[in-house]
Amino acid sequence: MSDLVDAQAIAAGPDAATAPALGTDTTRPARGKRRREVIDLVGPALAFGGFIALWYVMHYWALRAIWDKPRFLVPPPHTVINESFFDTERLTEMLRATRYTAYISLIGLAIAILIGTVLAVAMAQTQWLERSVWPYLVALQAIPIIALTPLIGSIWGFGPVGRTVVCVLIAMFPIVANTLFGLLSADRGQHDLFTLRKASRSTRMFKLQFPAALPAIFAGYRIAAGLSVIGAIVGELFFRRGEKGIGILLADYRAQNQVPEAYGAMILTAALGIALFVAFGLLSQLVVGKWHETTRRTG
Amino acid sequence: MTETSTTHSHHDPTMPPAAVSSDAVLSFDHVSMTFPDGTHAVDDVSFSVRPGEFVTVVGPSGCGKSTLLRVAAGLEHETAGSVAVNRSELGYVFQDATLLQWRTVRRNVALFAELDGMARPERERRVDEKLSLVNLDGFADKYPRQLSGGMRMRASLARSLVMDPLIFLFDEPFGALDQITRERLNSELLELFARQGFGALFITHSIAEAVFLSTRVLVMSARPGRIVAAFDVPFAPSRSPELRFDPQFAELSGEVSQALRGAHS
Repeated sequence: MSDLVDAQAIAAGPDAATAPALGTDTTRPARGKRRREVIDLVGPALAFGGFIALWYVMHYWALRAIWDKPRFLVPPPHTVINESFFDTERLTEMLRATRYTAYISLIGLAIAILIGTVLAVAMAQTQWLERSVWPYLVALQAIPIIALTPLIGSIWGFGPVGRTVVCVLIAMFPIVANTLFGLLSADRGQHDLFTLRKASRSTRMFKLQFPAALPAIFAGYRIAAGLSVIGAIVGELFFRRGEKGIGILLADYRAQNQVPEAYGAMILTAALGIALFVAFGLLSQLVVGKWHETTRRTG
Repeated sequence: MTETSTTHSHHDPTMPPAAVSSDAVLSFDHVSMTFPDGTHAVDDVSFSVRPGEFVTVVGPSGCGKSTLLRVAAGLEHETAGSVAVNRSELGYVFQDATLLQWRTVRRNVALFAELDGMARPERERRVDEKLSLVNLDGFADKYPRQLSGGMRMRASLARSLVMDPLIFLFDEPFGALDQITRERLNSELLELFARQGFGALFITHSIAEAVFLSTRVLVMSARPGRIVAAFDVPFAPSRSPELRFDPQFAELSGEVSQALRGAHS
């Protein structure tokens, strides 16, 4: 209906009176909006409550009654929090380790983005390259990273370099796949615009294909960020030497039967993944949120 | 288009039809086009468009009308015959608005000028001028998804207007719009046409639209498309929407319609 604004153009015309100039946004009825806000709050709160309740049920009842296993395997949430986060020394230890893991995964992610983007741009430009390289990328994706990890360790060592390589390998595929898909997503009509003005390949890439790809690219980064954290932790769990990341800490706690602390470490691991996921969601919102519809309510 | 101008006189209804002439801004000379897959889209088409001429091609769906435009613009290449056109002074409005969704209206309108390397001050001056010509002044900083279909089409129009084209190609630009918007844009386009004095080649399904806009209507046959009839439209260049209810308008529409039915078989 916002085409009513067109009425300004014919304000002198006979039907001008029927068409007051309206803005483009029709405001949602206030009550519906209010209701949605409430649901947006209540839903997650209920889910969280349910999750905590289930956790307690596991500890106090299900573990013993159903599986006949000792209760200490799933310590209750308050114990986990007490042991892990209210002991300053422990907390410092865990946060330091988490920071190190975050550092490795971010470096891995950055390298994966760099290599992945270059690869995707090259593949988008050259069809034979796309056809030749794609199967190997799919294969890389299909081989469990845990199977490659010992090999990587033998070559690059078990320190930061080896761990970073694991991150790069695991994070690369979604970056290449999404970037390539995005670069090829500009529609024919839009390409015609550039053909009409005889635009060069690079102009087409920077002014058409790349901006058109941004939503897909950011979706790829989000997936890759989560995978990169997993990569860093897999590397640590597997190698278990060198600088202590949260993965090594987790393995240590488990080995020493410090079960609540192990759960605490897992919570931090999840928090790290979530933080990166949300950060990339916000970044995406910042860059493409204004013009791309489906990114409006994420993050 | 906030004011109606009635001072244009460069149109001559007695202009001789069809023949290829030297002052034409676009001419097809025995043009045929066959796609690599063997589809014979256009067959031996010859006609030309002069400045101040508004030529419309009507024809059944899939008859090669759009291919004709694409050949004129250099987006496809004729397989026989030749096309004479200065492509640096060519405007093109596609079936859908084909705006870049990540650019604001202003930056979309600037696109062609930007790709042609027009200096920024000149570009910005022209963009502002054309934005107000199509009544989008207030929407320059909106994104395409915030616009109505009619406004998107106007932005698309302005994008070509910035280049001050001598020949303007329209590929069923208003087909997806509702009737009211469509008729309104028809009138606005006529005013633009009168004011800017470009030559226009317009593709449409709608006979009423063809007759309302044109100085000449060409009827194209089913594939392979060839021109089977031509009608000169006798109405004065400034036309009011009421022209659509004029008996002469109905008569001419009827003739075009009959030719079109013949072209279908």
